[in-house]
Amino acid sequence: MTNLQMPKVEKSIISNKDKIVSDISKIIKEDNILSHVDEIKPYETDALAAYKQAPLIVVLPETVEEVSAILKYCNENKIKVVPRGAGTGLSGGALPLADCVLLAMGKFNKIIELDFNNKCVVAQPCVTNLAITHAVQDKGFYYAPDPSSQIACSIGGNVAENSGGVHSLKYGATTNNLLGIEVVLMDGTIARFGGKTMDAEGYDFLGLMTGSEGLLAVITEVTVKILKSPEIVKTALVGFSTIDDAGNCVAQIIAQGCIPAGMEIMDKALTKATNDYSKAGYPTDAEAMMIIEFDGTEHEVEEYINKVKKIAEKNNSSSLKISKSKEERLKFWAGRKAAFPACGVLAPDYMCMDGSIPRGKLAEVLKEITRLSKKYDLPVANAFHAGDGNLHPLIMFDANDKESLRKTEELGAEILKYCVKVGGALTGEHGVGIEKRELMCEAFNNTDIQQQLTIKAALDPNSLLNPGKVYPILRKCAEEGRVHVHGGKTKFPDIPRF
Amino acid sequence: MFMEEKQNFQTFQDFNTTIFKPKSKEEISQIIKECYKKNIPLEISCYKSKKNIGRNFQAEKTLNLSEYTGIIEYKPEELYIKVKAGTSLKEIKSELDKHNQQLAFEPVDFGLLFNGKNNEGSIGGVVACNFAGPRRFKVGSARDHVLGFQGVNGKGEVIKSGGTVVKNVTGYDLSKILSGSFGTLTVLTEISIKVLPKPPSNKTLIINSPHLKKALEFLRLALSSSSDPSGGVFYPEYFKNHFTFNDLTIKGPITAIRIEGLNQSVEYRITKLREELKVDNNEHVILETEQSNIFWEKTKCLQVFSELKNNLIRIVVPPSESFDIINKLKIYNVKYFIDWGGNLIWVQLDNISLKTLRDIKEFVVKASGYLTVIKIEENLKASVDIFTIDPIKYKITEKIKKSFDPKRILNPGKMYSGI
Repeated sequence: MTNLQMPKVEKSIISNKDKIVSDISKIIKEDNILSHVDEIKPYETDALAAYKQAPLIVVLPETVEEVSAILKYCNENKIKVVPRGAGTGLSGGALPLADCVLLAMGKFNKIIELDFNNKCVVAQPCVTNLAITHAVQDKGFYYAPDPSSQIACSIGGNVAENSGGVHSLKYGATTNNLLGIEVVLMDGTIARFGGKTMDAEGYDFLGLMTGSEGLLAVITEVTVKILKSPEIVKTALVGFSTIDDAGNCVAQIIAQGCIPAGMEIMDKALTKATNDYSKAGYPTDAEAMMIIEFDGTEHEVEEYINKVKKIAEKNNSSSLKISKSKEERLKFWAGRKAAFPACGVLAPDYMCMDGSIPRGKLAEVLKEITRLSKKYDLPVANAFHAGDGNLHPLIMFDANDKESLRKTEELGAEILKYCVKVGGALTGEHGVGIEKRELMCEAFNNTDIQQQLTIKAALDPNSLLNPGKVYPILRKCAEEGRVHVHGGKTKFPDIPRF
Repeated sequence: MFMEEKQNFQTFQDFNTTIFKPKSKEEISQIIKECYKKNIPLEISCYKSKKNIGRNFQAEKTLNLSEYTGIIEYKPEELYIKVKAGTSLKEIKSELDKHNQQLAFEPVDFGLLFNGKNNEGSIGGVVACNFAGPRRFKVGSARDHVLGFQGVNGKGEVIKSGGTVVKNVTGYDLSKILSGSFGTLTVLTEISIKVLPKPPSNKTLIINSPHLKKALEFLRLALSSSSDPSGGVFYPEYFKNHFTFNDLTIKGPITAIRIEGLNQSVEYRITKLREELKVDNNEHVILETEQSNIFWEKTKCLQVFSELKNNLIRIVVPPSESFDIINKLKIYNVKYFIDWGGNLIWVQLDNISLKTLRDIKEFVVKASGYLTVIKIEENLKASVDIFTIDPIKYKITEKIKKSFDPKRILNPGKMYSGI
């Protein structure tokens, strides 16, 4: 994948750099244009740090009018533009191109309005996800989607990737919590979709833009709905002596009409690794461990927890612990959220996959992963958002050993293909970006992809906005796709992930 | 090539017919391919439950999906059902009932309004029109529940997007752009839709509300409460005869708030809500599950407008604007009720003129809302804008329409002139 083909570099654009800088300095303050090699270095990668490419220049607009003028200028002069939020994306969606203007939205970092009457917050796109909850929590509200990187990831980036989080079974992903956006199209058109109303009339451009990975428009403002914080939250830790029991337990919980706020499963390898790392008090002898969380009113939560207890016992649970305090609840989660660094201790490198599968296929998929793990002689640890079927296998390897890297890439691709085969998807929440681009043909046929490319061409006929992402170039399907972290030296290694 | 043409010939119904009733997606694809080739506009229909919503337009032929029906796959434990687009809501609901599940977004039933009897239409129509019922503010609308689809675009090509899993960010989310597109982009053939458990119990708190401002305040507080309601409406006094329940002793204007969930929890939350709203004992009643279900069924079917002869408009505004909007509407001799906890106002107008409609639309748009004409006198229909759109959005709409349906053969002009 290191040889991933990117759009052809236009030498004429590179040789024209000085003129481009001078032209753009008529649109935005000169201080907001970075063109020296030292200044642009920090922008050469996002959190898919195995891929690096310095852009031609970096621009930091401050107003929507500036964004519009820059895009219009680039469109007229056929200059590629790559938008960037906080740069925490795991699929390489913000990877620059050598001949691109990197549109860094970092100065759009203010909350514009807290509107409690209409239960919404209007924010600029580079406000962090968690900052929205922080801004409204004193009045007892919160913003529901909570990707694990929420302390650093931007709300605009969440919209671009349609980010989820551990609570998306009950509360949905970004697309279900978004009321409106202001965007700028590649030709400089400023448009507003939605607002503070529900289900804006006409074509659902809000829905189309959400998860479009920066290919259709640049987001300049976001309106999200906020929810009243639940009265009470309780979490249970359940151990199982087989993966099948854990899988059956999940299916029965759902079948009995319980919709937990969050439901996570880790396999033995990851349970042990995270427990060693964070002393979370996990049952390390269990083959699979489930974290299950309910929120709501006290009666409701109690009743559901009791139901789950019974279902777990029926499915041969080997241990069961229920949080007695907020501190204990957070401790239960601490291990799960430290899955990335915990794996960093076990091996020099690991690669995190992001497939979606039907909940009921968990045992089958894990068995296949075990088989593949043996076949490739590489250890794999698994984390699973059991509530919504999002599986994150972590493949451990040593990147200094070229053969090990090659094998890891092959194994990763085989796992994702298997996810698609059992009725799942290539990516649940990390996005396609460059990482899974070549696997798109596993999920879609040529007509499906052509329809999507026609939409792209309708809004960006010259394919200048974030080109080379999501859709395969020449539609050549290679066998690649994963997040690669070397020796913990990823960008923001401390941010909790997935 | 020869084989392909021969096959076309065989599966095709008589192309000279004016109404196609295909039984397979291959047939749907072939019909559209043929119409694309010959530039023949098609009206997409099924059980005609929402046929009258939208602009009148000329279509030489009709593509009716009422024979393209059936449940393809239903996995209660995976919380989804995959169906052919022509499947009636009735059939889907009766299947879901067996497993105590439901389509949580409660699609609006326009049957009473247009034909005097219930008709929820087909799942394809429900998704294509995207009108959610009272639970909207809590669970979202059809667009939030579609997990994936297969359909045929305006060139006759079979396309798909999404799947059956909840979390899926592979490529553009085309389910969203098709929801609410009134069949103008793609003919849906298969839909995978999320289902959820039916709450075992529900109760409705009904509060005597002589003052609109106070009623809206009840709704605002309820929607901001951790009691987590799933319905919030206000009915003025003139609709009182529609709600003759044994337990509904209040005969004036009412605010109604629904709480759903486990039995004990519903009990607790409704008590808590009553305290939060500071409602006196003699000012409220509580409807138990059975009567509560009927109440919300009536709301979802727009029963108060069942005898309506003429005009009905649907106004969606940020809830903070509802009070002003209703005050401004008073001069037009309207009857209205408020749904979605203050976000949605259904308005009946006995007399309507183009100017009236223009004026109302102007103040609704000014309040950051939108207005959809649901029912209007036939002689006026051709002259009014049924939907609201601004020039920038029109331009983008035009481009997206072209990317799915380049020759404008699918429901041309149903939403906007020229689209």
